[in-house]
Amino acid sequence: MTPVVDSSPLIEVRDLHFQYEDGTQALEGVNFTLQPGETVALLGANGSGKTTFVLQLNGVLRGQGSITVCGLPLTKQTLPQIRSKIGMVFQDSDEQLFMPTVLDDVAFGPLNQGIPEEEALAKAKSALERAGLAQVANKAPYHLSAGEKKRVALAGVLAMEPEILVLDEPTTFLDPPAERNLLQLLRELPQAKLIVTHNVRLAASLASRAVFFEKGKLVASGPVDEIARRFEWTYSDLPPADLRYSAHRRF
Amino acid sequence: MHIPDNFLSPPVWATLDAIAIPAVGLMVRQAGRELDDTRIPLLGVMGAFVFAAQMINFPVGVGTSAHLVGGALLAYLLGPAPAVLVMTVIVAIQAFVFQDGGVLALGANVFNMAVAGVLAGYWPFHMWGASWRRSAIFAGAFLSVLVSGSLALGELLISGVAMSRLMIGATLVFFAANAAAEGVITIFVLLAIEKLHPGFVQKPGASNGRILAVFSSVAIALGAVGFLLASAAPDAIERLGIQLGVTTKTVLHAPLADYTIGSFVESAWVRRATAGLAGLLLIYAVCAATARWLVRRRSV
Amino acid sequence: MHHVLLDRWSQGASPLHRRDARAKILTLVVFLVVLATTPADAVAVLATYALLLAAAILIARLPLGSVLLRAMVVLPFSITFAIISWLAGDPWRALALVEKSYLSTVAVLLLAGTTPLPLLLGGLERLGTPRLLVLVAQFLYRYLFVLSEQAQHMRLATACRAGGSSRGRRSSFRAATGTLAVLFARSYERAEGIHRAMQARGFSERFSLLRTARFGTGDGLFLLGVSAFLVLVRLG
Repeated sequence: MTPVVDSSPLIEVRDLHFQYEDGTQALEGVNFTLQPGETVALLGANGSGKTTFVLQLNGVLRGQGSITVCGLPLTKQTLPQIRSKIGMVFQDSDEQLFMPTVLDDVAFGPLNQGIPEEEALAKAKSALERAGLAQVANKAPYHLSAGEKKRVALAGVLAMEPEILVLDEPTTFLDPPAERNLLQLLRELPQAKLIVTHNVRLAASLASRAVFFEKGKLVASGPVDEIARRFEWTYSDLPPADLRYSAHRRF
Repeated sequence: MHIPDNFLSPPVWATLDAIAIPAVGLMVRQAGRELDDTRIPLLGVMGAFVFAAQMINFPVGVGTSAHLVGGALLAYLLGPAPAVLVMTVIVAIQAFVFQDGGVLALGANVFNMAVAGVLAGYWPFHMWGASWRRSAIFAGAFLSVLVSGSLALGELLISGVAMSRLMIGATLVFFAANAAAEGVITIFVLLAIEKLHPGFVQKPGASNGRILAVFSSVAIALGAVGFLLASAAPDAIERLGIQLGVTTKTVLHAPLADYTIGSFVESAWVRRATAGLAGLLLIYAVCAATARWLVRRRSV
Repeated sequence: MHHVLLDRWSQGASPLHRRDARAKILTLVVFLVVLATTPADAVAVLATYALLLAAAILIARLPLGSVLLRAMVVLPFSITFAIISWLAGDPWRALALVEKSYLSTVAVLLLAGTTPLPLLLGGLERLGTPRLLVLVAQFLYRYLFVLSEQAQHMRLATACRAGGSSRGRRSSFRAATGTLAVLFARSYERAEGIHRAMQARGFSERFSLLRTARFGTGDGLFLLGVSAFLVLVRLG
């Protein structure tokens, strides 16, 4: 998949710094660009700043530095617009689906965009159809499987018609069939995507490039397998002889 | 103690429904002033937390375990008005979804547990929580359970529900034991929470002091008097109920053990009980009206 | 768990399920008031009400046995007081206590079993319940299942590590305290996560209560018809 290089990047981040309340430096001097049509995988250790970084993009967390989304600089005034342009799917679906029924939840975004109720419901229904879940519209979220919840969360975001999709660890808790369904769905969506993931296989099949985070710094950018190889970012196949448990071994 | 339907006589549950509605309304309006819509999920989750917490066993004696009720804890975590709000929701959901407590009796249960119980629980913390924190927390949790229980007991007695002296005594002892357990559990849980989230607990005296102090004092007074009257003269309460026309049936001749009243106690207590309760209700009505007037003035 | 079962029942599609929540709530109140004012010895009246409830359960296509069983949760309380009343020389009151408290519980169970909670809350709001109460209830119910499951898991985990009871009351008390504190911390984090998710989808200031249900003629007829029947039976 070759990235479509266009004149204006969808996201432009320059020199982003962010510190938590207790003083730990979560992000340091991060520079990043997202071109239209790109799918970028964000790799890195737990706590390296990947999630913190994506939460900066729609202003949920506020750091120092410049962030521009679809040509709009991120300020308090532009937040509502930017939040319409970036659709974020969180890691914990139970936190994302907080309304009593699926339809209520998917309609939440459009309603916040100021769309009148009937139209919002119509958008919600078509987003659910796109995600293949029209039949669960009136169910409560806790009746759904992890995979269904993830797709409903995605539908909730698609109903807002964003230009960019951000997914934080989308395949956690998904069993193989659910993961396949999600992948299929993501492949069909035309938006540019940022995917935070540990799943290198997912990254390789969807992403045109990967970036690597280390201790709050974005240290590398390039094709997925190159990054994975360079940072040894794969789950190893166990060589039977070497890794037999031995009482004499010291870890 | 959740009172089911058909235990309280109609005048009693109707009056309590009539009292609970403005009381809760006032607290909801107060909470609405302190918080905006973004805090609603937090309140809901905290309510769910209390529900879930009520399932955890706390071993307190040989083979016995207690459970957290949570009214005082909520007040310390969220402040009194939001705590009343959340507790009201909890009691209502317990009535409708779990059939724990009646629907016509909802006013009584809400008043006992969500209003009086919570406010009585907050009062010691408000009064002396800044200087003697742990004792204030214990006292608050203790009072909240004792007050709600005593009020419930009083309401049952006034409705003419037959209870022998022995049974009443046993119930009160039971309430006191639960109250003590609540006190201990609340302190430990609150301290443990503070370790994980320092600074999360409310500062004593931070909220709209005057109105709530008035309400809380009244709640405690009502509960305390209810407790005393119930323990000392259950028949007096019943007689009062008959006098007020509120009891539907006379079940005074209980042949069960320990049932002796001297005529001296009888007459003196009836008079005092009548005067006491009537006076308290009058004070409560005046306080409620004053509080409402104050609140309206402030919001203009 | 009780609320899980009730939730499943409320997802049905019987004529009773389809009635507007407001109609059902008001009908329930009428029923409860009429029942409360029924004297203890009006056996025929009580029997008629019991039959009405049974019929309603069948119309709602709920499992009759299961409903009647679950309503028994009130019996320990009522039977205790009934025994005392009986011994105090008032057998009618004793009987009435048991019958009436049981029938009211069945009636409430009927409401809860034919009305999904979000719709019930909507009905209550439409009948005048403050918006804040309804919204908090909505969120509480949404996370009730999640958190009670979490609490159960933690209880199980603690029990697995408890070994024998001889470790002492103190340490298991401490374990329970720790469980609660951790449950609280997770609940709080969850609330923060919800907040972030709300912000990410552009939440500005107010929640909008969705889907204004319509109170149709069917609902009106139901409410008036049943109420009239109840009052007539009571008076007649």
